[in-house]
Amino acid sequence: MISFENVGLRYGMGPEILRDVSFDIPERSFQFLTGPSGAGKTTLLRLLFMSLRPTRGLITIFGRDRAQVTRHDLPEIRRRIGIVFQDFRLLEHMTTWENVALPLRVRGREESSYAGDVTELLKWVGLGDRMHVMPQVLSGGEKQRVAIARALIEQPDILLADEPTGNVDPPMAHRLLRLFIELNRSGTAVLIATHDLGLMDQVEARRMVLENGHLVTHD
Amino acid sequence: MTEDAPSKRAISGDGELPSRMSRTANRVGMAPRLPRLSNIKAGLGRPARPGGGKATPIIPQQNVAGRALTLVIAIMTFLCCLTTGAVSLVSDAATRWQSQIAREATIQIRPGESFDMTEALQRALAIAEDFPGVIDTKIIDDEETGRLLEPWLGTGLDLSELPVPRLILLTIDETDPPDFPALRAALTAEVENLSLDDHRSWVDRLIKMAGTTIIIGIAVLTMMIVATILTVVFATRGAMAGNDPIIEVLHFVGAEARFIAREFRRHFLLIGLRGAISGGGAALLIFALFHVWSINSMATPQGDQTSALFGDFSIGMTGWLGVAALIMVIAALTAITSHVTVLNYLGEMDRRALEQS
Repeated sequence: MISFENVGLRYGMGPEILRDVSFDIPERSFQFLTGPSGAGKTTLLRLLFMSLRPTRGLITIFGRDRAQVTRHDLPEIRRRIGIVFQDFRLLEHMTTWENVALPLRVRGREESSYAGDVTELLKWVGLGDRMHVMPQVLSGGEKQRVAIARALIEQPDILLADEPTGNVDPPMAHRLLRLFIELNRSGTAVLIATHDLGLMDQVEARRMVLENGHLVTHD
Repeated sequence: MTEDAPSKRAISGDGELPSRMSRTANRVGMAPRLPRLSNIKAGLGRPARPGGGKATPIIPQQNVAGRALTLVIAIMTFLCCLTTGAVSLVSDAATRWQSQIAREATIQIRPGESFDMTEALQRALAIAEDFPGVIDTKIIDDEETGRLLEPWLGTGLDLSELPVPRLILLTIDETDPPDFPALRAALTAEVENLSLDDHRSWVDRLIKMAGTTIIIGIAVLTMMIVATILTVVFATRGAMAGNDPIIEVLHFVGAEARFIAREFRRHFLLIGLRGAISGGGAALLIFALFHVWSINSMATPQGDQTSALFGDFSIGMTGWLGVAALIMVIAALTAITSHVTVLNYLGEMDRRALEQS
């Protein structure tokens, strides 16, 4: 589904942040991306989300060469990639329900065609009783679940999560992990960037470890 | 599921294991089964959103920057409309002065030693009446002359005791005016102490003054419009700056650039319209109040003076159309600025992505 071949990336004239990174993300797979702070996890996620271009190497996303993807093609491809940020990035003036519905709304869909799905998805992430509240009154864990639901509403082929448990307590981290596993069971590939060893120890899954710009994969 | 799917070791949870997953039974606690979202792709109707109501606009309707922008647009539109109205007023008034003065000429006969004023007036009148291009003639009689002099000399004036010149008003055919030098020659040949004032010098000076006033007005208006455009552009960009996080989120959830630009354009068009209508409306109200005041002040000294200068203080159709056009232009300008700013911002995001790497 996604493959990196000898990908390298540097910011401006600085040193290479990523060096000869090669890996594949098969469909319906589950993996962690880990490494010490500053190792380049977020940079790698940005490459996967196509908000950065590699300095060298070949990236193939859904069968398309990243280098050939134009600005106008990006929205269509991004709809197949769900992304969850550590800082949630919810729209503060919209309710939980409206935040989750946003990806469908921006596609110009009629609300009646997705209203039930949004409600069901919110119930699934355990926020059935928080649908009409504004993000300001949600806890960190609740915000993260809203962000996850927003990333899932378009049924992406892959979900990228950047430190999804970074702002929540261990029980909530545990609960979020269960959501990711269930999501993966339903057919979505999942990549979680984290340096939380405790979280990774709870699941036997492929670990992609970034260190000094190099990626080592432990299947 | 492939070999990459996770196996579970230690997670324990309270979720109910769906039957379809029992084949891969494990010791891991499960989240409730992910709902089937099939109708997203099928597009089938479902119940409306819980709670109903109108969808929240994607761009927050009013924030501090939005209110400030509305106020800035209202003030600039108000000033622009006042300038437009003032230029229109002066232009109309100048045209009116010019037309009024060009319609009249005055014969003045000064008194002298053993001079029969009545006879001189009648002779001058007879010559003027028959002259081509003169439509009407009228001698300003003693009573009217007395009224003209009343502000300076008071009431109860006996004109026979004073060497007061007498006047004959000539109404001129504007389309076919008389040959003033010939008329002047005919009159002065027959009547002593006579002079003919055709107001040409006044008209020429008025034309120059009105032209200068209009040029100054247009220059001021041009500067006002340019200042308004720049203010609106910078204020809109300022108000847009607070919306960067929204643009980013829309970008990440797969919104197309034209969708984002359209949302912002609509939002800022409303702000622009609100501000421009408020400012333009306030300016029109001022003009309407002046108009009402000038009507109510008719037949009073102040009213007569104002009326002599500006007529009925109405900005006329040109002024009204100008104000309406200004409102539309300023609102459109706000919308266009936001549209261009969003597209630039999105382009900038992509460029940053390229430059960083």
